[in-house]
Amino acid sequence: MAAESLERILGEHPFFEGLKKAYLQLFVDCASNVRFNAGEMIFREGEDADKFYLIRQGKVALETYAPQRTVIIQTLGEGEVLGWSWLVPPYRWRFGARATELTRAIALDGKCLRGNSEEDHDLGYELMKRAAQIMERRLQAARLQLLDVYGSGPAKR
Amino acid sequence: MMATLSDPMVPSPFRIQRVLKETYDTYTLELDPANGADGFSFAPGQFNMVYVSGVGEVPISISGDPDKPRTLVHTVRSVGTVTQKLCAGGRGRVLGVRGPFGTSWPVEQAVGSDVVVVCGGIGLAPLRPAIYHVMANREKYGRVALLYGARTPEDLLYKLELPRWRGQFDLQVEVTVDAATGGWRGNVGVVTTLIPPARFDAENTVAMVCGPEVMMRFTLLELEKRGVPSENTFVSMERNMKCAVGFCGHCQFGPTFICKDGPVFRYDQIQPFFVTREI
Repeated sequence: MAAESLERILGEHPFFEGLKKAYLQLFVDCASNVRFNAGEMIFREGEDADKFYLIRQGKVALETYAPQRTVIIQTLGEGEVLGWSWLVPPYRWRFGARATELTRAIALDGKCLRGNSEEDHDLGYELMKRAAQIMERRLQAARLQLLDVYGSGPAKR
Repeated sequence: MMATLSDPMVPSPFRIQRVLKETYDTYTLELDPANGADGFSFAPGQFNMVYVSGVGEVPISISGDPDKPRTLVHTVRSVGTVTQKLCAGGRGRVLGVRGPFGTSWPVEQAVGSDVVVVCGGIGLAPLRPAIYHVMANREKYGRVALLYGARTPEDLLYKLELPRWRGQFDLQVEVTVDAATGGWRGNVGVVTTLIPPARFDAENTVAMVCGPEVMMRFTLLELEKRGVPSENTFVSMERNMKCAVGFCGHCQFGPTFICKDGPVFRYDQIQPFFVTREI
């Protein structure tokens, strides 16, 4: 995919909203277009986490393993950001990610961005602000899942 | 002759014609009048008081098609003494039915607007008549989205109808569950996560929400965040209804009675009470 096209896609994504053009270019330089077939693993639990993904199309299931079964923690779809383990030591994926249907995404080199952020803390702050928003949304969603919101009785008896 | 509400305190006899098992604890009962009446007219969102002889009476939403009044349909979750007896009752058993009672979903007000239906667990049952109505009059509405959440894939209601609805090109159906194993190809997450990507024009949308109160509370926050006006948002409330006609006061909710002023309320009219713990 041409750099102009990547720049446009990243520039229009809410994750990069309000980001300085020079910083956006850094992200573009770290970005590549990827595609996963249905059923294909994007990353596996315990592997080194050095990328994150902007899902452009398709659906991804975050998974973990219990004896004799795979448990899906959450699914992510179009427009959502996949992965933050690359930001937090020890930089290993806490869960696996599998495309449940044909999925197209932009992969961003998290290792490279970590290095850039160490050198330029303003960039690091912008990155952490954005990542924190995603983490907050996921935390709230996880809390609601824990609340078992459908379990407190029927709408009518 | 339709079954009518001549005396709201006197039940009419209805015979169970069919029992469909929806989930491990939820059943759909199809009832026919046992007194020679032709059927049972109701508006989407209304409920009946269903009486099991010698056991007791419970309020249950009507979950059938309002355009097919010959059969009265109730989806019942077996959670208490009466509902356990209801669900255990087989074909031919006669029940007492009082109703229909209460307010209805704003299907007429929604004409010309987009419609988003958000439901959790058995909350799909009271909304199914509204979905039937909207689908039967599809040309009168803009975009229509059904967002449905349940605990697990096994807890989903109407498993045959959901794929059929999804197969329609003019209806967005998104289903999510809180927990699933590897065989599930759908969404995992709470129902509120379906609201941001759903296809509707928030400012010109009528939202209908039904489910356990905690689920509705978070859903309403998400709809508000998306920009759906609270005067276009409707919720179905539940309290301990006994008489169903506003006499006994068991179902008081702030200054209203759920049985006669509800169960369907415009959200802005009950918003202060909705977030008050003591009510």
